[in-house]
Amino acid sequence: MAMAANDTAILRVSGLTKHFGGLPALSEVGFVARKGQVTALIGPNGAGKTTCIDCLTGLLRADRGSMVFDGRELSGLPPHRIARLGIARTFQNLRLYPRLSVLENVLCGLSAQAGDSFLEAFLRTPALRHRERRLRLAALEALDTFGLSAKADWPAGALAYGDKKRLELARAFVSGPQLLLLDEPVAGLNPEETERVAVLIRQMRRGGVTLVLVEHDMDLVMSVSDHVVVLDGGRRIAEGAPEDVRRNPLVLEAYLGKMSVTA
Amino acid sequence: MTAQRAAAFAERHHTGLAVVGLSLALALVPLFLANPWKLGVLNLIGVHAVIALGLNLFVGYAGQISLGHAAFFGLGAYGSAILTTAFAMPPLAAMVLTAVGVALTALLLGVPTLRLTGHYLAMATLGFNIVVHNLFVQWDRVTGGPSGLTGIPPFSVLGVAFPGEVRAYYLLWGAVMIALTLCLNLVRSGVGRGLAALAEDEVSAAAMGVNVRRGKIVVFTVSAVFASVAGSLFAHYLGTITPDTFGIFASIDLLLMVVIGGMGSLWGSLAGAAFITVLPHLLGPLEAYKEIIHGLILVGILLVLPRGLVADMAGLARVRLARGWSALTGRPA
Repeated sequence: MAMAANDTAILRVSGLTKHFGGLPALSEVGFVARKGQVTALIGPNGAGKTTCIDCLTGLLRADRGSMVFDGRELSGLPPHRIARLGIARTFQNLRLYPRLSVLENVLCGLSAQAGDSFLEAFLRTPALRHRERRLRLAALEALDTFGLSAKADWPAGALAYGDKKRLELARAFVSGPQLLLLDEPVAGLNPEETERVAVLIRQMRRGGVTLVLVEHDMDLVMSVSDHVVVLDGGRRIAEGAPEDVRRNPLVLEAYLGKMSVTA
Repeated sequence: MTAQRAAAFAERHHTGLAVVGLSLALALVPLFLANPWKLGVLNLIGVHAVIALGLNLFVGYAGQISLGHAAFFGLGAYGSAILTTAFAMPPLAAMVLTAVGVALTALLLGVPTLRLTGHYLAMATLGFNIVVHNLFVQWDRVTGGPSGLTGIPPFSVLGVAFPGEVRAYYLLWGAVMIALTLCLNLVRSGVGRGLAALAEDEVSAAAMGVNVRRGKIVVFTVSAVFASVAGSLFAHYLGTITPDTFGIFASIDLLLMVVIGGMGSLWGSLAGAAFITVLPHLLGPLEAYKEIIHGLILVGILLVLPRGLVADMAGLARVRLARGWSALTGRPA
């Protein structure tokens, strides 16, 4: 039985350690993301959640530990190589391309599939033209899914905050990633917009995408996650099904203290 | 039905049609403009336009800075001049060989310096230009020193030579249209979007799968090759070259062409090349202060409209239009 469960793991993180100066941001963190499931990474500010995502996507180099994705070790790979393996992400503090149009932003999410031969691009070969048409259709479809079709030609910088958040999701989702890392996708959104993102997350999960979700919004985490990993001070202090984690005294003490009063 | 089809065709191929239209218009110019001096100005615009188009890929699209492209321009000119005079090589072969040499030079320069950004990259490329300019002035035996090289034959390919202003016009503007087509193709591809993305946010571009470092180095090399080819054509066109043409002020002028035309606007680069090439003739008695005036224009534009005149105006208009439209339709912006 345990073997069968292990087979579905698409990402296996173990012993992940990262220090900034002398300060430990991650110490010996390990968790597993299972295929087609939503794994939430929660914890108070400074718990190491974003550091973990940054290590996974190659933006930060971990001091120690291993991150095996689909049988491949990720540590040491540069960010663009990791992206090309089928790992997409969003950023906590929006990192859109404000001067490019909304459609172009989403097309940038397809960079891994667009090819990077300058020669082919200079000559605009028939193969490239064909591919560009296909990518454009995929981007338009993603805009439709994420409710941004009407603003396809807007400069991304002119969008309202909620639209920008969904544009980041669209840009990460459009490439059909095997693993999608969402860093606080609903931070700063009102309840209505948050619900809209929750619907999109469920929709992506149904579409077969494996998600790792970093989020502070407990209602969202509890409603969309299959598995929850709790970090505090760079350590994993608990993990389990949302309901179990919610009742775990260690977690309540570290993080959900206030919620336990209202729960 | 045919009208609809024609409209769809025009919509789909508007960029290609614009290039063809401009080519046809330019092809007719010598029929109406017999004045060789005016054609000469147009020819210089053509040389500058080729460089500005390449430089725009590096500066406008990839968001980097170079104050050294006159050095690549000069290396192209001197390379072709030396190979065709001292070694009697055919012009086309000399141009290609020189371009390969310049590409390797740009690669060697780009690999260490493109780790730098902003002021540091500007200083590194500026320093490179000063070194190359000194080489032209000091290495008398090969470069002819301050008086330069003379007796460079007109360009020729497959036995067809391009002497005189009219033939040179077709050669140079032919090169401009090829350069324009290549650049328009690049920016409408995934590679071009990758460059635009890394210009705005390198971290986010890398996370999307863009090889940021490679992209910067390749586009720098490509822009150097454009400048080199322009230099080769320039040397064959004038028949004489001197080091002053390739100093740091020339680099600033090249950058100014890109900035005035608009960062990331290839059509704008053509306008910028025309404006900066013609400007000294318009200044009249003020021409002695050309460097100061060009410097003031550059600083002025960078302070007020940092992405360049055309692109910033267009960007502002786009935001205004988008906001205005949503105000009209009552949808939230």
